[in-house]
Amino acid sequence: MGTKSSTWTSRVSALFLKDFKSELRTRYSLDALVMFAVITLTVVSFSIGMFSLSSKIKSSLFWIVIFFSAMSGLAQVFIKEEEAKTSTLLKLVASPESIFAGKLLYNLVLLLFLEIIIVPLFVIMLGFSILNFWLFLCVLVLGSLGLVCSTTIIAAIVAKASVKGALFAVLSFPILLPLLVTVISGTNLASEGASFSQGLRDLQILFSYTVVMFVASFLLFDFVWEE
Amino acid sequence: MWWKILTGLLIGTVVVLVFLMPPPQKELGDISRIFFFHVPVAWVTVLAFLVAMVNSILYLSRKDLVYDLQAAISSQLGFLFAILATVSGAIFAKNAWGSYWNWDPRETSVFILLLIYGAYLALRSAIEMEDRKANLSAVYSILAFITVPFLVFVVPRVFQSLHPTDSIVNSQIKIQMPPLVLLVFLSSLLGFSLLFVWIYNLEVKVTILHKKIKGSSTIK
Repeated sequence: MGTKSSTWTSRVSALFLKDFKSELRTRYSLDALVMFAVITLTVVSFSIGMFSLSSKIKSSLFWIVIFFSAMSGLAQVFIKEEEAKTSTLLKLVASPESIFAGKLLYNLVLLLFLEIIIVPLFVIMLGFSILNFWLFLCVLVLGSLGLVCSTTIIAAIVAKASVKGALFAVLSFPILLPLLVTVISGTNLASEGASFSQGLRDLQILFSYTVVMFVASFLLFDFVWEE
Repeated sequence: MWWKILTGLLIGTVVVLVFLMPPPQKELGDISRIFFFHVPVAWVTVLAFLVAMVNSILYLSRKDLVYDLQAAISSQLGFLFAILATVSGAIFAKNAWGSYWNWDPRETSVFILLLIYGAYLALRSAIEMEDRKANLSAVYSILAFITVPFLVFVVPRVFQSLHPTDSIVNSQIKIQMPPLVLLVFLSSLLGFSLLFVWIYNLEVKVTILHKKIKGSSTIK
């Protein structure tokens, strides 16, 4: 049992490192992703100008920037396998579960890296104050985890479609809506300096959403991948 | 055959009764009669979503394209009923609350259902190979269905509800309706559900025949 689980984790990490290394070499999605986030942030910042906004609107704008940046970059993880025609080879060498886990991990790292860039910029450019930093961090990490869990399987679906275009955002939005509503409310609470117990309800919803989507996408990935 | 006649008679009687009996709510007057059409239509929207999901699960476990066809048809009908529910609701909202759209939790939910149906149909039209289309859209249908319960908890926290919580169904979830109103309402609910089943069966038959004539079908 011990050896089995260790080979599984080593396979997942090997797949993750493969994507990570090829990303560092080719910069397939990272550069565009970061630039897209910066551009959206600039657009938001310019359109606001000198107005001072409430923290509620700022938290909404923050997650709109993250949502659209994620939409522009996270689908690449499967699309690049289809475009490079490497998905068949991948099917031969690894089980669907380990492929999905590797891709999930890679998308999560990508999104967290993006957020490390966006958060300071957002704080500087829009004067976004975060009074309860730890609550903010919990909401951000749990929100990203939930976002990645539900978008990675949609990325796998979209990669198999013949017309990709805007399909990723169209398919993701209805599924992500409960998550978005909750993270916006949680971010707003954290930015106003609410205590942990006040934000607990949002964290509970985020946690259950993440667990449900994680399990569902793991179960359903087989069907997307097998053909 | 007999249940089709029954459906026709049932809906006919409901339509006549709805306009003959006194309006179900006195303060709103005649416009509250929409209740007998709007609620069943919204109910069928959810029913169609459920039917599509069950067919998707059946497709994934049995790999029979008939189930995919049924899921697709159920979604198309669901899309139609979602539009009907949204429009009839908006007309009522304009008269009762003063504006067509208020982002009330139930308006939001039906709008999200509309988005899910739209996304599902967009996905289907973006894939050409039949079994791939069936596979991927079944997976999406199940994923979308799973997220809906979250909306029930999440959305009411953002927007205040304008829908009655006390007049028809009170806080103890007991139905408060005069017997006649309740009877007509339940008949209307049954009538619309049967209508959905009827259209659904008809669509499935027609589509299978159409595919047989074209000779492109793998469905027996």
